[in-house]
Amino acid sequence: MKKFVKLLVWFIAVVGFGVGLYGMYHRFTEGHRMADYGSYIPWGLWVAFYIYFIGLSAGSFLLSTLVYVARIERLEKIGKLALFTAFGCLVAALLSIWLDLGHMARVGNVLLHMNLHSMMSWMGILYSSYFGIILIELWFALRIDLIETARTGKSGSAAFARLLTFGSTDTSDEARARDHATLRVLGTIGVPLAIAFHGGVGALFGVVQARPHWNTPLMPITFLIGALASGGALLTAVVYVWGPDRDKEQHEEIMRMLGRIVLALVLFDFLLEISEFLIGLYSVAPAERLPLEAILHGHYWYVFWIVHFLLGVVIPVIILFARAVPGKAPNRKAGGAIALACLLVAVTFIAVRFNIVIPAQINPEIPGLQYAFSGPGLKFHYFPTPMEWLVSVWVTSFGILLFLIGEKLLPIVRDENREVA
Amino acid sequence: MALMDIQAHEIRRRMIADLRRALKKPRKERRWTMVIDQEKCVGCTACTTACVAENHLPPGVVYRPVIEEEKGRYPNVRKSFLPRPCMQCDDPPCVKVCPAHATWKREDGIVEINYKRCIGCRYCINACPYSARTFDKGYFYTDGTPQIMDYEKEPSFEYGKAWPRKDRDSSPIGNARKCTYCIHRVEKGILPACVTTCVGDATYFGDANDPKSLIAELLASPRARKLREEEGTEPTTTYLV
Repeated sequence: MKKFVKLLVWFIAVVGFGVGLYGMYHRFTEGHRMADYGSYIPWGLWVAFYIYFIGLSAGSFLLSTLVYVARIERLEKIGKLALFTAFGCLVAALLSIWLDLGHMARVGNVLLHMNLHSMMSWMGILYSSYFGIILIELWFALRIDLIETARTGKSGSAAFARLLTFGSTDTSDEARARDHATLRVLGTIGVPLAIAFHGGVGALFGVVQARPHWNTPLMPITFLIGALASGGALLTAVVYVWGPDRDKEQHEEIMRMLGRIVLALVLFDFLLEISEFLIGLYSVAPAERLPLEAILHGHYWYVFWIVHFLLGVVIPVIILFARAVPGKAPNRKAGGAIALACLLVAVTFIAVRFNIVIPAQINPEIPGLQYAFSGPGLKFHYFPTPMEWLVSVWVTSFGILLFLIGEKLLPIVRDENREVA
Repeated sequence: MALMDIQAHEIRRRMIADLRRALKKPRKERRWTMVIDQEKCVGCTACTTACVAENHLPPGVVYRPVIEEEKGRYPNVRKSFLPRPCMQCDDPPCVKVCPAHATWKREDGIVEINYKRCIGCRYCINACPYSARTFDKGYFYTDGTPQIMDYEKEPSFEYGKAWPRKDRDSSPIGNARKCTYCIHRVEKGILPACVTTCVGDATYFGDANDPKSLIAELLASPRARKLREEEGTEPTTTYLV
């Protein structure tokens, strides 16, 4: 079964990568001309995908700190997997936002001509630091395994592992303890960093006074909880398929524990959402009300009701309550069901991100502006074009492939911990 | 010449004299300001078109749309018009959010964009409560025809530099763009394109720091209002309502 799932994911990623190339071709030859976003709705699908992936990354990373900082032993074996998932998602997120820029070659200006009043400049600083921390942390987490693979592995992976050890050969207990201590320090720096950068993405939207739907102090908190819920869910699904499953009982226990964490986070995220809707809909100001009404019963009502509410909240919550929460049948196998519920949460979370980015922009700042002048992009409705979808498919597939290839080449999960090596 | 013509003639002569007087001062002592008299605006959109022509604006980019509002019930119906250039705010939200310091408030009051530095993230477009910034996606009016016409590639002269539309990757394509108060004209002693073409003489321009200027007189009018003042952006552009 797991073999089949792995093959399926490889298949989806390879096909997505190939098909997505068509969109990338248009992105690079035609620029933004084939996209539906424009002057009045300047941010579209790629921004939604960016905050989606960055959320997955932050959530996954924060859970990895449970291993390295909080030392929750039951989760120890999935620490590296969590870090590597966070890395794959981070790369996909950065690619997505980079492709969204009008001048991709000038992305360095964010650091070269930094404006500390701009949340986006802060993103530049925080992402660079986060990228660095994740790489260093991964290296320390993998060091011993890399050295061992270099010694005992098959010729190809051994050579690759040797390359990545950067000449380090010390596998003594003291060195091991040193690695653990370093990881603890890095993880400890990583926690506020992950909170800052993902809360920061929330703030990036939250500070925009011109868009009342974004302009709430709760935005950074909503982003963080969303990140933890979606990132945690993704990690749980990943752990089920790629995680250390030789010790079946332990694997089940890890799955149940993660399942419970995700359940609590999904419910808390939903609570924040309810609060946002109830307060927002009380308002009579169109700028407050219109985006929420558009989400609930606009053209794209199904994004909220079907994709998010039904598939992303109701069904996973029912499954998780039935399987992850200890109850009547503690010995029944629950891993698969929990993984499925979590996969649903993680995948459908894009709907939440979409509903954050787009509806806030549909309200004309000055009533009647939409009729004042016409032209491409001078409109207040948006639906991503095939080119935009294809680019996002490519970015997603790239992230998945990065994960799959890395997982094959690197000793993310030790072979002796796997059922099927 | 009819009385109205003489008045219009006088207004323009005075604005040009005001402008040239301002240009003799150092830049930091000037404060370029636009006043739009909504009672006089007839909604002809000559300003919008003149602006498009002056700045060679491509499809999807507009600096000065005229927003119409209909009031009353038949038979008592009236229309009012709101031309909307850049407000050149004193506390511009677009400047604050720019991650690359690619836009800033000049000492003479203009909010300038450095097209060469702008990364095209469009954060400023979202931050502007007036929708005054638009995104140049790289369209041409003759897209889809056998040849993109040369006149479409002619440069605009925003901020006193030449910006030809050479290819899809070079600025101003891929940038956020907005009204500049035609500062390239103003610094040569010519009124902004929207002011010169306004058929009803509803748009005024000048140096608010000069107490003798027409603009300074108009700013003291009890009819003077700013657009969405509650945003706290301190717009420079002023409306007479």
